[in-house]
Amino acid sequence: MSDSSPTSENGKDLTPEQQGLRDQLAEGYNLIGKSPLKVDGMAKAMGQTQFADDLSMPRMLHCKLLRSHVAYAKILSIDTSKAEALPGVVKVITGECMPIPFGILPVSQDEHSLCFDKVRFVGDPVAAVAAIDEATAYEAMQLIDVEYEKLDPVFDPTKALQNREEPLHDYGDDGNVHKRVSMEFGDVEQGLAEADLVLEDTMFFEGNTHLPMEQHASLAFREADGRLTIMSSTQTPHYLHKAMSKVLEMPPSRVRVIATPNGGGFGGKSDPFNHEMCVAKLALLTGRPVKVALTREEVFYCHRGRHPTLMNIKTGFKKDGAMTGMHFQSLLDGGGYGSYGVASTYYTGALQTVTYKIPKYRFDGVRCFTNKPPCGPKRGHGTPQPRFALEVQLDKAAVALGIDPADIRKNHLHPAGGITANWLKVGSMGLGACIDAVVEASGWKDKWGKLPPGKGVGLACSSYISGAGLPIYWNAMPHSGVTVQLDRGGGVAVFCGETEIGQGSDTVLAMCVAEVLGVGLTDIRLTVADTHTTPVDLGSYSSRVTMMMGNAAFQGAERAREIVAKAVSKKLEIPSVRLRFADNKIFDVQDPENWIPFAKGVQIAEAKFGTIAVAGSYTPPVTPGKYRGAGVGPSPAYSYSAAVIQVDVDQETGDVDVEKIWVAHDIGQSINEILVIGQVEGGVYMGLGEAIMEEMTYRPNRFGVHKIPSMLEYKSPTTHEMPPIDTFIIRDPDPNGPFGAKEVGQGPLLPIMPGVANAVFDAVGVRVDEIPVTPDKVLKAMNSKTKRYGPTKYPDLKITDTVRIKTLEEGGDGTAPRPAKKQKEVTS
Amino acid sequence: MMRLPTFRYTAPKTAAEVAEILAGEGPQASIVAGGTDLYPNMKRRHQTPKTLVSLRHVEELRGVQLNGAVSIGSNETLSDLEDNAALKAKLPALWTAVQSISTPQLRNMGTIGGNVCLDTRCNYYNQTWEWRRAIDFCMKCDGETCWVAPSSDICWAVNSSDTVPVMIALGATFTLISTRGERTIPALEMFGEDGIDYLTKQPDEVLTRIDIPDQGSAKSVYRKVRRRGSFDFPVAAVAARVEMDGDEVKAASIILNAVGPKPVVCETAVDAILGKKLTDEVIEEAAKLAGKGAKPLDNTDHISMWRKKVVVVETKRALEALAQ
Amino acid sequence: MSHATEGAPALSKVHRVLSVNGENHEVAFDPRKTLLEVLREDMLLTGTKHGCELGECGACTVLIDGEPKLSCLVLGLESDGVDIRTIEGLAQPDVPHALQTAYGELGASQCGYCSPGFLMNASALLARDTNPSREAIVEELGGNICRCTGYLKILEAVELAAQRLRDGTAANGGSDV
Repeated sequence: MSDSSPTSENGKDLTPEQQGLRDQLAEGYNLIGKSPLKVDGMAKAMGQTQFADDLSMPRMLHCKLLRSHVAYAKILSIDTSKAEALPGVVKVITGECMPIPFGILPVSQDEHSLCFDKVRFVGDPVAAVAAIDEATAYEAMQLIDVEYEKLDPVFDPTKALQNREEPLHDYGDDGNVHKRVSMEFGDVEQGLAEADLVLEDTMFFEGNTHLPMEQHASLAFREADGRLTIMSSTQTPHYLHKAMSKVLEMPPSRVRVIATPNGGGFGGKSDPFNHEMCVAKLALLTGRPVKVALTREEVFYCHRGRHPTLMNIKTGFKKDGAMTGMHFQSLLDGGGYGSYGVASTYYTGALQTVTYKIPKYRFDGVRCFTNKPPCGPKRGHGTPQPRFALEVQLDKAAVALGIDPADIRKNHLHPAGGITANWLKVGSMGLGACIDAVVEASGWKDKWGKLPPGKGVGLACSSYISGAGLPIYWNAMPHSGVTVQLDRGGGVAVFCGETEIGQGSDTVLAMCVAEVLGVGLTDIRLTVADTHTTPVDLGSYSSRVTMMMGNAAFQGAERAREIVAKAVSKKLEIPSVRLRFADNKIFDVQDPENWIPFAKGVQIAEAKFGTIAVAGSYTPPVTPGKYRGAGVGPSPAYSYSAAVIQVDVDQETGDVDVEKIWVAHDIGQSINEILVIGQVEGGVYMGLGEAIMEEMTYRPNRFGVHKIPSMLEYKSPTTHEMPPIDTFIIRDPDPNGPFGAKEVGQGPLLPIMPGVANAVFDAVGVRVDEIPVTPDKVLKAMNSKTKRYGPTKYPDLKITDTVRIKTLEEGGDGTAPRPAKKQKEVTS
Repeated sequence: MMRLPTFRYTAPKTAAEVAEILAGEGPQASIVAGGTDLYPNMKRRHQTPKTLVSLRHVEELRGVQLNGAVSIGSNETLSDLEDNAALKAKLPALWTAVQSISTPQLRNMGTIGGNVCLDTRCNYYNQTWEWRRAIDFCMKCDGETCWVAPSSDICWAVNSSDTVPVMIALGATFTLISTRGERTIPALEMFGEDGIDYLTKQPDEVLTRIDIPDQGSAKSVYRKVRRRGSFDFPVAAVAARVEMDGDEVKAASIILNAVGPKPVVCETAVDAILGKKLTDEVIEEAAKLAGKGAKPLDNTDHISMWRKKVVVVETKRALEALAQ
Repeated sequence: MSHATEGAPALSKVHRVLSVNGENHEVAFDPRKTLLEVLREDMLLTGTKHGCELGECGACTVLIDGEPKLSCLVLGLESDGVDIRTIEGLAQPDVPHALQTAYGELGASQCGYCSPGFLMNASALLARDTNPSREAIVEELGGNICRCTGYLKILEAVELAAQRLRDGTAANGGSDV
């Protein structure tokens, strides 16, 4: 909180109890910003945390899914008789038993629990077996005969752009085009015309996947009263609850979803999945608990990871590096289903504007369906690809204009508190401080352009949302709720739908409540991620949990504190505003010797007001953008990151050794500092993997199989590849964040990929305009005339109806002109 | 969780008993030592032996004897060799190769004999039954086509052993026993021409011993190309051995691996350095000649054309190291 | 084609005495099972995790006769007559292992799924060397994949635990491991 404690917030006068809390926080935090033990840390180090596949129940059956071995086909028939006859098999189901489609987005309800009309990629599930053990279920799965009529698959989005006779889905914008969007904010042509330098680059970012260490698993069972309970490794129990209720045709009150601690998610467990629906249905049909635990290969088929994205970026620069306008285009390879794809598409165009001043901006984006596992949200959701393009192009501009790459960025930062061309409201903005930190620590000024051949440094920056401003399905309810219940013994029970996926959300929840109530972390006990017992939190995605759950927790704890403070104030005859809660005590700030234990205070309050159980909730602020598509990008606050990366490039092999990374992250305010640093390091790690080795590759000429669906061949960096990282935390509290906090889970990943590409240029003078930057590409670039490796052609996206929205500077109000009647593009 | 198929398990105590069981069971039996190659293959159902004959209790196949020559029991674990300081001092190239295999845990399990007999690898083959069904299987297992080279009559699965090229370069011999007797063969003769018949060892034979002659003044080196510093099999590897007479090369051996179904003996490259000083020009020329023998295809990690180029670089670096 | 054993009778379980965490357990299990499956499913020791079951991730690392090995590639049938240690046996009854304490303090577990494998591997390293270099730790833990942390907090935790073991300030060095 800020140094001067306000007497009002949001125009409302503060109660004496609220004022007392603000004064308490202004005097210094007990816990916030420190590094107390993660609340689940010891359980994890002791092997006691129960993940979904660690659960078992009496009479439990095991489920295996039969998955399609063809990329694209109509299902003519499924014969399960041989499987059913196998001893030990209890039930086999196919798609007809769950005909209702589902999907994470209301506009993309295109998945079935089991395919019954078509299969759309190798790995699409068509039948499910429940048997007494997994080995039997596996054998039975092999005995199911499916007759397919093969269709002509499409694996390349540029080919999918053409209208095809048999598109994957019967919805979307046309043919295999799932989503086509075009928006222009200000006159970009004019902006480019005013430029001293116009750069146009075509770049490609290959898809990659989350690869959580825990393979997805779920256990479902029917309660005696007929309710269904599922315990699943999901990041979004609330959305799974909605989807499951719909598919199973059961009222939400009869379905209970418990998210088990996720053994890593990174976005890969954010969708409702086939296997979850199947074990639920099998549990209902057999009356027995049913568990499914996916193999690593199956996790590759669940995917929902980074969209392979072909991009074209055209930007105008003034001589001093100021941008005059940008036209950004993206073509996303969506895979077989919608997933979050519409949002992903918008995200490729949304956040370019929040780092540097871009006065005029146009975005065209297209997502196509292809016969591969569906893409979706991976850490950074839709923004790492455009961030790569932007940051590499800025590096090129800096070189062309003779400006230091650090300066071209720092001199043109988007102002704090301003509104971007595409109507995003920027709050606190610590990117300048981030750049300063990494430039100084890395010795950038002495290194860039000055290291011996083969060695180089690269710099890149980024920003990310602290929670999506809008929920996935339209509603006006809070995004997060927290119930705080005080025990007579001084303990505090906290209930919240948030989901721990390793990011530390349980710890953040406990710390926010403990700080306000002045109790220790061990006094807090959490009940989380259970749709039967906890208030809704939308889930662990979009870096929203600290921001939204944190604010809800603050409010819930504040309300509980207010009740206690009122009662204690009366009893001890101390004005509420003077009461302080710390060290499990309540005391008079003017006479600290005058105190009572917190537990005593709760007893006084409970005697006076009755049982103390109160809720807090959080709804993000209204956003200035009102045009269609303005729902993607707004956030209560944006985090900022900057990185300098030093590489040593083997000039004979093209091998890139990342020697050291300096990264600074504008967190607003750390809740738990060591967990913040852990998130930064983890994000950098994942970014490094994307930068140099990770890729989802398929064999289009070999039936569309995934080339390498294994931990061995999908290359995830080991201890050997991890360079030392110097992390700098920039503190610039944001008025919207709980205690001023912003996100850290995703942002620090973003600058790594462009940072590596820029460093490679500094080292060996070639541009690799493609991720990952593998040694063969570096070598090819070094041996080429253009000293570049990357795509050279960008297809016609067939944009016909660009929505033009006036910027704030042009006197706009955030709305789009009423669109002319939409014309369906006629294509051959 | 991936599960093993059904098998019968035996764990005899002597090599003779192992040989007897193998003779009785025929090709449906498989020896298992560390299990680090076989069990994953069984879980993926591309090796489905009916009987497993474990070497875990066969003590006679353990141990290392270091005199002038070196004799290594086939059942010696990789980490035991890694921890063997005398071996490291005597045969640094072999030690480097051993130490580069996979991960510490897998080296605690895997054996030197297992690495010699390592099944050839291919990313059309090292896949689950479900995955391979999608390509209608491949020549090496259950199918007809070699998907790496569909017009090929042979299987192009890759010999991915780290230790094999070093052993060939060092002039090692392998001793095999069966109920039919014992035979000792030069290391190179162990390896067949294609990815299916990659071993000349017969199904009823047990590899018992690896013998490496005294290296005298010869120096050798092993260089491995892979994506990561652990886990990964080589995608190109070079073992080189040089014996000098003054400034000039008296004898030499250059062996490539992981660039085809069989280790590659680079005879023309060796000819290019014999009797010469190892100058930059001589090394460069030899490396180019060595690279011609490499036929990497698109069935491992990394781009095959890049592997072909890097083999030349790594051969050059290997010879440069020996020239010092 | 299928490798399913059609009509095959259910396999009889085998009985073995396994020494796990210093106690002998008589266990009946499907003979096809790996040690990983026996530990998790037949002994309910679910602290040992799995991420691939093919030896490609290190999550299932346990100590067998003091050496870190992958329980996904050892048969249950091969697990008698050896000393097996799992994460459940790393702590003393009243005190966590120095590594576990350091892990907790530094946030070296994020999702925590890989932690048991890392900890068992690291405990073997510290059992033979309480002053390992950073390079030695990197090498030894190179056989475990973590997707959350970027490894740095894990490496630091091993160093912190090693420091405390050297200083004698660790309550539990896992001396019986």
